[in-house]
Amino acid sequence: MDVQTLTYIIVGFTFALYIGIAIWARAGTTKEFYVAGGGVHPVMNGMATAADWMSAASFISLAGIVSFTGSDGSVYLLGWTGGYVLLALCMVPYLRKFGKFTVPDFIGDRYYSNAARTVAVFCAIFICFTYIAGQMRGVGVVFSRFLEVEIETGVVIGMAVVFFYAVLGGMKGITYTQVAQYCVLIFAFMVPAIFISVMMTGQVIPQIGFGSELVDGSGYLLDKLDGLSTELGFGAYTEGRKSTLDVFCITGALMVGTAGLPHVIVRFFTVPKVKDSRISAGWTLVFIGIMYTTIPALASFARVNMIETINGPEMTGTAYAEAPSWITNWEKTGLIEFNDKNGDGKMFYSGDERNEMKIDRDIMVLANPEIADLPAWVIALVAAGGLAAALSTSAGLLLVISTSVSHDLLKKNWAPNISDKQELTYARIAAAVGIVVAGYFGINPPGFVAAVVAFAFGLAASSLFPAIIMGIFHKKMNKEGAIAGMVLGLTFTAAYIIYFKFINPGANNADNWFLGISPEGIGTIGMIVNFVTAFVVAKVTDEAPQEVQDMVESIRFPKGAGEAQDH
Amino acid sequence: MSFESKEQADKYWKENLRIMFKLLAIWFVVSYGCGILFIEQLNTITFMGFKLGFWFAQQGAMYVFIALIFVYVKKMNDLDKKYNVEE
Repeated sequence: MDVQTLTYIIVGFTFALYIGIAIWARAGTTKEFYVAGGGVHPVMNGMATAADWMSAASFISLAGIVSFTGSDGSVYLLGWTGGYVLLALCMVPYLRKFGKFTVPDFIGDRYYSNAARTVAVFCAIFICFTYIAGQMRGVGVVFSRFLEVEIETGVVIGMAVVFFYAVLGGMKGITYTQVAQYCVLIFAFMVPAIFISVMMTGQVIPQIGFGSELVDGSGYLLDKLDGLSTELGFGAYTEGRKSTLDVFCITGALMVGTAGLPHVIVRFFTVPKVKDSRISAGWTLVFIGIMYTTIPALASFARVNMIETINGPEMTGTAYAEAPSWITNWEKTGLIEFNDKNGDGKMFYSGDERNEMKIDRDIMVLANPEIADLPAWVIALVAAGGLAAALSTSAGLLLVISTSVSHDLLKKNWAPNISDKQELTYARIAAAVGIVVAGYFGINPPGFVAAVVAFAFGLAASSLFPAIIMGIFHKKMNKEGAIAGMVLGLTFTAAYIIYFKFINPGANNADNWFLGISPEGIGTIGMIVNFVTAFVVAKVTDEAPQEVQDMVESIRFPKGAGEAQDH
Repeated sequence: MSFESKEQADKYWKENLRIMFKLLAIWFVVSYGCGILFIEQLNTITFMGFKLGFWFAQQGAMYVFIALIFVYVKKMNDLDKKYNVEE
């Protein structure tokens, strides 16, 4: 059977599975729609959160980024896992005890202010939309490469599937589908990684193969990679090139941003007890860690493999006429380009003027099975895994968008008298509208999709995270402080990113940056701005009212949590 | 109030914070310390085929993160029992 038929079968099977689960787990009440009825087992929730978190970018792009940047790529690995320690230790148990449905719920109640709630809703919706556009695009790319349909058709199919299970099932449907999607995506990621590890180092576990000697007797993998990279003018793979302060700030913004992302936080409202929410964060990181510790291993295997395939064993280049089929396959998509500069008919890849290749980072995971010559079913599996990653994240984000509209804006602000049934209908309508908007951006991607990722994390880091932390750990913090902090932190971060990414991209280099901090890392400074502003403003205004301080006291211990409450 | 007294509540919160800050200190050292600030110094040491700083940044820190959360869960569950505030 050829790759395409196999891909149709495997992808078709996984889609049927997701829809089957959606029908079985459809939501009947707002509580089921928002927090899956609050009865999800902590390990299951861990798996679902991991799938929710690991997006098309994690699955498709991250190994490629690490592969091309070596040590500098560590910021993503550290940032996107370290944030869970903050979530588990400083946020999740308290928010679960507080026991509401959404992040704006907490901010609105804790700061006794609908203005604070509205600022939080705005942040949540903005963060989710920037994120979801990238996911839909990912669905389209996978479809067009592996099933050879138009990107537009791919996006529409993806929209239809998400529509079906997110609108029908709400959080309940999403949770159980995400468990299935986690299984699909981790299997799809690990199988090629294990194959390649065995082929190159003889080790079954990629994390161990990463530090092992190569089977062809050319020494340790990383030593070889350092040697190759230096020789080809890329600089040693295991040494960084970014400034320490910038690396520090980027890691900080990604960690804190992760801990402030509403679609992740809300998942911990679905478990029955405070105790469960703590352990659930642990399981989440275990499930994420399986993939995230494999990514750097895979990145280095793929790097060596690719350089050797293109430059040949003698490092003098391989004749283009004898190029392996994956090069010509991917050339069609425009992700690989060959420009025979010296006219010798041979391909050569390097980081200096000898270079004749243009290779897109994103192909490292998608083309890896082909580069390593793995069986056709593995290639089909990778397609299904990429789709699972994109769909699971889209669904989680859509849910936040729909809850923000139906619960935080309508029920809590504009139309407090609607019934549970009406609220549920509005939630479904909001989810449907959200999908259509996301699909539109997937088909007509704004040129800045990659740039807005920095945006999502920067905003979460500089707005929601400090407000939540102060809400828990500083009981006297008042609404004036919190709102001023959010607004100033957000404005500062947004202005910095907009200036360097959209208004004056030509100036986007270390010489012009504030203290040499890139737009990706500025969220860390925005967070500090938020904290400082909040403390100063709170100092000169009245402290939070006694009943709010009592409420903060009561979320600091587990007893009496009960289930997530409507009021 | 679920605690026997105000003092009990304050003591519980103090112990809670102590556990949290201790674990966060380790979190900071393995990620920002070993993986970023002192990576060059640690890279002079070889560890199981890796440069140590590089290993922390791309492997070790993540294993420590997972361990930290499970230690936290254990300590907090014990603390809840001690003060009789578990669910």
